[in-house]
Amino acid sequence: MTQWSGYFGLILQGALVTIELTLMGSVLALFMAFLAGMGRLSRFFVLRALATAYIEFFRGTSIFVQLFWAYFVLPFIGISLTPLQAGVLALGLNVGAYAAEVVRGAIQSIGREQYEACIALNLGRWQGMRHIILPQALLVMLPTFGNNAIELLKATAVVSLISLTDLTFQAQVVRAQTGNTLVPFSTILILYFILALLISWGVRSLERRMARGLDGVRA
Amino acid sequence: MSASAPIIKIDGISKSFGSFKVLDGLSMQVMPGEKLALIGPSGSGKTTILRILMTLERIDGGHIQIDGEQLYHMERNGQLLPADERHLTRMRQKIGMVFQLFNLFPHKCVMDNVTLAPMLTKGTPRAAAEKRAMELLEMVGMADKAKSMPVQLSGGQKQRVAIARALALSPKIMLFDEVTSALDPELVEEVMNVMRKLAAETDMTMLLVTHEMGFAHDFADRVLFFDRGKIVEEGKPDEIFRHPKQERTQGFLKKIIAAGHRV
Repeated sequence: MTQWSGYFGLILQGALVTIELTLMGSVLALFMAFLAGMGRLSRFFVLRALATAYIEFFRGTSIFVQLFWAYFVLPFIGISLTPLQAGVLALGLNVGAYAAEVVRGAIQSIGREQYEACIALNLGRWQGMRHIILPQALLVMLPTFGNNAIELLKATAVVSLISLTDLTFQAQVVRAQTGNTLVPFSTILILYFILALLISWGVRSLERRMARGLDGVRA
Repeated sequence: MSASAPIIKIDGISKSFGSFKVLDGLSMQVMPGEKLALIGPSGSGKTTILRILMTLERIDGGHIQIDGEQLYHMERNGQLLPADERHLTRMRQKIGMVFQLFNLFPHKCVMDNVTLAPMLTKGTPRAAAEKRAMELLEMVGMADKAKSMPVQLSGGQKQRVAIARALALSPKIMLFDEVTSALDPELVEEVMNVMRKLAAETDMTMLLVTHEMGFAHDFADRVLFFDRGKIVEEGKPDEIFRHPKQERTQGFLKKIIAAGHRV
């Protein structure tokens, strides 16, 4: 039994790496999502084109290949990343591309009358966006952002391929050392599931808190 | 500028939506402090005029002067150029608008709806903006709801807040676009009362688009009857409503009365 507790410790260390990757990747993804999502709605053609190119490229190519590029190919042009940096970069850029479309869709879902009220009150474009449109759009984005975050969590498993010691990597280590397949892989299955549940709950409670003002009953 | 110069001068404007020509060479003038009612059948272009004045729709041709300045054009070295965003922003300070569907900001409480624009566009400090907002909310009878969210209000209450919100920027011209059309019948009166008071107490220039003929009669100094993008007839409320000269005006008023509206 003492033997197993050591291996569980190994897997828990992997869980920490997975959580770290998920958090850092999400931050980058969120940043890219707003940058590209709002870029697609820009008045300026160049910004729209750049945003569209980014989104299509990172949605249209495999995250494995993107990760290998970040880790194995970038050094050839003089950019050497640690496995963690490469992982965060690939995950953030990949999921950010999907989330950018969420940002764009949510902003466009806000009714014309809100934009017209902004004009009638003489708010500048950015003032209207920041104070009127985005706060309402954020509520529309949240549920899908939750999905994106869970996708990102699950995608972190690919970093085991560049020797980052995440959950999946540690499970393979345990399997190699013990010869047991069922226990390590069942354990990480449950751990991934718990982490995903935590994200779900977190996003849902955030949603509830933000919707409070818009829902008279709870105000 | 002298007191006798018009505050709004519309000169031969036209506007099409696709192949539908809403306005075709329309000209009209409004004097400072005048209360104008625009009436007429749907699609006659009345609302479009208000939306054009608020810069929510662009014109295809013609000129508009507000308070002696071009709205959609800028004068540069004696030449008229299309207005840029900065020019429009400056011109919009003179104009406020109240919408048929209120267009309140649903994520902001009543107080914040009213104070937001003065704080952002004029740099009014919060305390001053809130003091002014309370006066305005007092005037429209909504002071006790200052902390409420729009979703908690009735249609009539929302519209009164929307009026206070537009007034908070102290525009010279107020545009009211069918402000009672979306209200339940029993809520129409409370909004009309606020506007009657406003019309009586202020020297703001007001343009009202409405289907409530009785209200147009009480509210306006001058009534314009529109049909197919043209002013068919204009005059004092009594002239238009009691003794319309044009056949089309008579026909329209007859239909409205038949539909059960009070004149």
